[in-house]
Amino acid sequence: MSSWLYTDKVKDHFMNPRNIMFDDEDFEYDAEGKTGNIKCGDEMIFYLKINPDSLTITDCRWKTFGCASAIASTSVLSEMIKGMTLEDVFNISNVDIMNELGGLPDNKVHCSVLGDKALQEAINNYYRGHGMEDKVHNTESRIVCECLNISEEEIEHAVLEGARNYYQLQEMTKVGTSCGKCSDDARERLSFYLDKHFGIKVSIQS
Amino acid sequence: MQRIYLDHNATTPIHPEVKKAIIDSIDIFGNPSSLHEDGRIARILIETAREKVAELINADPEEIMFVGSGSEANNTVLSLVSCSGARCSLHAPAESDLVISTIEHPCILETSKCLENRGTRVKRIGVDKRGIVRMDDLEQAVTESTSLVSIMMVNNETGSIQDVERALEIAHKSGAMFHTDAVQAVGKLPVDVKKLDVDFLTISAHKIYGPKGVGALYVKKGTPFCPLIRGGHQEMGRRAGTENTLGIVGLGRAVELRAIEMEAESERLGVLNRILREGIDSRIENIHFNSDPACCLHSTLNVSFEGVEGEALLLYLDYEGVEVSTGSACASGSLDPSHVLLEMHLPVEFTHGSLRISMGRSTTREEIDYVLDILPGIVNKLRRMSTVYGGER
Repeated sequence: MSSWLYTDKVKDHFMNPRNIMFDDEDFEYDAEGKTGNIKCGDEMIFYLKINPDSLTITDCRWKTFGCASAIASTSVLSEMIKGMTLEDVFNISNVDIMNELGGLPDNKVHCSVLGDKALQEAINNYYRGHGMEDKVHNTESRIVCECLNISEEEIEHAVLEGARNYYQLQEMTKVGTSCGKCSDDARERLSFYLDKHFGIKVSIQS
Repeated sequence: MQRIYLDHNATTPIHPEVKKAIIDSIDIFGNPSSLHEDGRIARILIETAREKVAELINADPEEIMFVGSGSEANNTVLSLVSCSGARCSLHAPAESDLVISTIEHPCILETSKCLENRGTRVKRIGVDKRGIVRMDDLEQAVTESTSLVSIMMVNNETGSIQDVERALEIAHKSGAMFHTDAVQAVGKLPVDVKKLDVDFLTISAHKIYGPKGVGALYVKKGTPFCPLIRGGHQEMGRRAGTENTLGIVGLGRAVELRAIEMEAESERLGVLNRILREGIDSRIENIHFNSDPACCLHSTLNVSFEGVEGEALLLYLDYEGVEVSTGSACASGSLDPSHVLLEMHLPVEFTHGSLRISMGRSTTREEIDYVLDILPGIVNKLRRMSTVYGGER
C-alpha cells in the first residue's frame, strides 16, 4: 500500500512486532521497567536479560498498550539494544529511535518517548537491585514553576503535544502564570525541548 | 484488495444516481444570479434541489438555504447568539445565553468557546451513561435569558438518538430558539420540521451519499437571522457567494434517493447491527458496547475492547481491508480521547480502545461476517502484547 500512514519500517514493526513478552514463554529477566499510564493511552514495560560482568543487554522482551507508532517504536528499540551496554542504552534518545524508524509524524513523537523512559527505569531498577546505587541515574524531574508545581517533565510533555511557543506552553501547562518568576527558566526549557525533539531552534526572548 | 467500508458516519461514497445527476449537469456553468438563459438554467437546477430538500423534511422551499457544509450551517446558527446591538436587525438581547450539550460536534463546541470569549454565557449539558443528554439538567439551565438551545439529533460517535422533541419544548417554553444538528439523522430517520416545530436544522450532503462541500440549513419562516458570510444577495440574502450548483444538484438528488431507500435500509441495517453486536459479544470477552440499541441509530455500533488501543486496532483492520473509526486519543491528532465517550464516564480502560463501526446502503451480511471472522484474532494479537491485559486468557 502506497498511502500508508507511516514509513515502511514502522509498518513492518507494527505488523510484525519483535521480542514481545508472551506470558507462556516464561522469559527469565533480570530487570523490568514500566512507564506511561493507561489514562493517557500509552503504557509500556521492558524486561531485560543482563550480563552481570559486561553490564550488557543480552536479550529483552516488552509489552505495550498503545498505538501503532508506540508498538513499532518499542519493537525497533528492542532490536537496537541487544548487545549494548546499560550506559549506552541509557543515552538512547527518542531522536535515535525515530531515525531508526525513518521518522514519525509530529503528533506521534510523543509515542516514541515512552520506550526509552521504560528502558531507563529498567536499568535503574537493575542497578538498585544489584548494589550499584552509585550508578543510578537521577530521572526525577526538576520543578520549574514553584507556584503551580510544574516540572520539566510537564514542559517536555507539552512540547511533545504541540506547544511551539511560550503562549501555547502557558495555555497547556499554566507555567509561570502565577508570580511569573520562572518565566526565563520555562522559556529556556521550552527551547531546549523544541530543539531536542523537533530540531526547532528558537531564540529565547523575555 | 476488496475494501469493506464501515465508516459511513465519517462520510459516504457517492450514490451512482447522484453521480449521474452531477455528470448530467456538469456543463451547466451559468451563474444562477444571471438573468440570461445560462443563468436561468442554473437557477432552475438550484430551485429544484431546494424543493427536494424541503420535501424530505416537510419544510417550505424558502425555508431551505444552501451552505458549504454542516459545520458552516452550525457556525451560522451559533453566531446569531452574539449578534446584538441597536443597529443590528436581529435586536438580540445584549445578555443572551447559549445552551448546548457536551457531546455536540466540535464545530459547535469550538464555536461556543469562541462565543464565550466574546462574552456570551454558555451552558453545557451532560449526558447519562447511554450518551443521552440529561433533560432535567437542560430544564434547569434554560432560563429567560437563554436565546438559543442547540442539541444534536443523533450523535456521530455512538449513534445515540437525542430527545429533541423534549429539548425543543424546554427551549420554547422559555422563549429560546432551538437548533438541532441533524447531519447524522436526516436521510436515516424520518424528520418532519413542521411537526417538530424546530427553528433551525442542519443537513449535510456527504453523509447521505451526496458530494462533499455542500449542506443545507433549515430556517423556520419568521425566525430572526443574520448571515455569517455577508456581501451578496444569494440564498435570499442569507449567504453570500455564488452557489455551488453541482454540489446542490448532488444534494437534491441524494435527498430524493434517501426518501425512497431510507425505510427498507433502516430495517436491513437494524438486522445487520444486531448480528454484528451479538457476534462480537459471543466471540470476544471483556468488551463494552457504547451504543445502546434501545436509543441508538440502527447504522452505528460503537464498542470498546479492554486492553487494546483503538488506533492500533483500526490499522490492523485497515490492513485486512476493513475501514472503521476510533475514539482513541492517538488517532485524533489531538492526543485526547473521544469527548463523547469521556462524557459518558466510560471506565478509563475502555476509553482508548473504542471502535466505531458505521454501516450504510452498501453494507452486506458477508461484510459483517468477514469482520466477525477477523476481529477476534486482531483483538487477541493486541491483547497478547498489552500491558493492561493479562495476555491470552
